[in-house]
Amino acid sequence: MSLLRIRNLSVEFSTSTGMFRAVDSVDQDVANGEILAIVGESGSGKSVSMLALMGLLPWTAKVTADELSFDGHDLLNMSGRERRRIIGKDLAMIFQEPMSSLNPCFTVGWQIKEALRKHLGMDRAARHKRAIELFEQVGIPAPEKRLSSFPHQLSGGMNQRVMIAMAIACKPKLLIADEPTTALDVTIQAQILDLLTSLREDSGMGLVLITHDMGVVAETAHRVSVQYAGQKIEERPVRDLFRAPHHPYSDALLRALPERATEKRLPTIPGVVPGQFDRPAGCLFSPRCQFANDHCRTVSPAPFGADLGYARCHYPLNTDRRIAS
Amino acid sequence: MLKYFASRLLTFIPTFIGVTLISFAFIRLLPGDPIIVMAGERGMSPERHAELTAQYGFDQPMYVQFWNYLTGVVQGDLGNSFVTKRPVWDEFFALFPATLELSLCAMIFAVALGLPAGVIAAVNRGKFFDRALMSTALIGYSMPIFWWALLLIIVFSGILQWTPVSGRIDLVYYFPNASGFMIYDAIMSGQSGALWSAIRHLILPTIVLGTIPLAVIARQTRSAMLEVLGEDYIRTARAKGMSPSRINAVHALRNALIPVITVIGLSVGTLLAGAILTETIFSWPGIGKWMVDSIFRRDYPVVQGGLLLIAVMVMIVNLTVDVLYGIINPKIRKR
Ligand SMILES: Nc1ncnc2c1ncn2[C@@H]1O[C@H](COP(=O)(O)OP(=O)(O)OP(=O)(O)O)[C@@H](O)[C@H]1O
Ligand code: SF4
Ligand SMILES: [Mg+2]
Repeated sequence: MSLLRIRNLSVEFSTSTGMFRAVDSVDQDVANGEILAIVGESGSGKSVSMLALMGLLPWTAKVTADELSFDGHDLLNMSGRERRRIIGKDLAMIFQEPMSSLNPCFTVGWQIKEALRKHLGMDRAARHKRAIELFEQVGIPAPEKRLSSFPHQLSGGMNQRVMIAMAIACKPKLLIADEPTTALDVTIQAQILDLLTSLREDSGMGLVLITHDMGVVAETAHRVSVQYAGQKIEERPVRDLFRAPHHPYSDALLRALPERATEKRLPTIPGVVPGQFDRPAGCLFSPRCQFANDHCRTVSPAPFGADLGYARCHYPLNTDRRIAS
Repeated sequence: MLKYFASRLLTFIPTFIGVTLISFAFIRLLPGDPIIVMAGERGMSPERHAELTAQYGFDQPMYVQFWNYLTGVVQGDLGNSFVTKRPVWDEFFALFPATLELSLCAMIFAVALGLPAGVIAAVNRGKFFDRALMSTALIGYSMPIFWWALLLIIVFSGILQWTPVSGRIDLVYYFPNASGFMIYDAIMSGQSGALWSAIRHLILPTIVLGTIPLAVIARQTRSAMLEVLGEDYIRTARAKGMSPSRINAVHALRNALIPVITVIGLSVGTLLAGAILTETIFSWPGIGKWMVDSIFRRDYPVVQGGLLLIAVMVMIVNLTVDVLYGIINPKIRKR
């Protein structure tokens, strides 16, 4: 049984110009101790789908799903109070912007101890001891001193370590890291990723890593889910995807990787992810797909089965199977 | 923090000199000869007029007069009132407690209602309570104080007969060795009914004086809360599983207080200006009424000394606000 199981998750925002579907019928599974990477360009609904799972979307969002279960709990039909007993304890999340994700008015120590009191009911001394332990674990030097620092006194990398310490404070079963390194320097990025993977190895927690960096996926993840315009368009074990992507969009993403570039010029994908007003009929990728034909532009492809990586494409690549069109 | 406090304190000196000059100039820019006003209806001979003018030093050049005034001020001598002949200093501190008591009550009233109202409005943004509250605040902000006071007097003193129309306490009570703070004096005197009488006299002036700051604080709190509630760190707090009430009252309010404290500090100046009107309407024997009377009497020492002391009070309040601001906002504290 998987730790996290999402079936047919959709999120719609009511905006001043009507409804906008940011996440469209997404399925997702994460097993204990597994690293799932979710990749895709900006605006493909990666953050929104995970925020929906956490119950962190604003009231303008309408979340629907057939199933949203985590560790045996049904998150879909759960009161806010029950959900708050799980969120921040067994299911934790860290965000892209470490500098703005910590409260500027409280010390980082206060912010980390708050979670310990709420979920584990530790007394003051135990909280202090555990907070120091956590800071050591995430590699913050002079933890005792750092506990009384305010976020603005620490660097971005240090703040992200604080965020990670806070997220793993209650030994979560699943950690969702939403582009945890995007806002950081390149050297710090690698350190933070190493930290996340080593924490997973030590604790056996599951890890969802949201990123748009294929290099990071190749180095860290077990399985990868490619999202485009709110839809999951392919999901594969990492090695399989890198060897032979089925969906033209995955293929284009991989070609954008420097190491795989066959020509001098990096192949960038022309065009942008469709937004609220330019959602095409048929396949959402058709305006940018080099293989698109009239069938693609009128009929929206349903996902294939596991053997073809759930690819949402009429004409998957790298397959011997004959596709009836 | 100490360094921050000291640097704030240093800005006091030029401000103080400027205020001394302005208060000195203000009354002299008003037309009217104080000697003639003193003489009143009786009139006076030109010789007597010249004699008095020399006695008060009005025949000397302005800069000499100002220098004499400034040296007096630095030594703590604000001169004597032309009318009562008593030191300005003594008169001010005899009347100041009345104004301070009223202003404090008005401020407490405004903060105690304005903060929660703003928070509740922000949390229920766009719903009925929010709209109703913000419309009321707008009315409160734009209503003429004089009209509002009369309305309250007509309803609560006239029709309902709940509150007295003027003064600070019923005349049957008398406190020897009074501190001037009526609530405190009434409690210490132990006379039955005295406290209740003092409170009843305070209610309407407090509401009248506190209305504008209340509206300002409620609106500022609401907008500050709305801004803070959209911040990333609020999402982090929710991701930790914190309850909405804790997030609003602890995580968000603490940040929202930073701009609100500034507004509270600024409204202290408005409050003292409003006190002049409110004291006049309710015959409240404070410095507001005293200043207005003195301006009509061209009582130079009282006006310039009173203005100076009021300005110093505002400066002290601002300094306190700065310090509070430093305590609330860690970005300033640890610089
Ligand atoms: N509160 C909101 N109201 C309306 N639309 C929203 C809201 N939050 C997100 N969206 C829209 O939902 C879509 C998906 O956003 P999301 O943040 O999930 O993208 P993402 O894949 O995480 O991109 P990025 O790589 O930039 O983080 C975007 O088009 C975004 O504009
Ligand atoms: S369905 Fe057609 S347009 Fe869409 S990805 Fe496949 S080939 Fe391209
Ligand atoms: Mg995102």
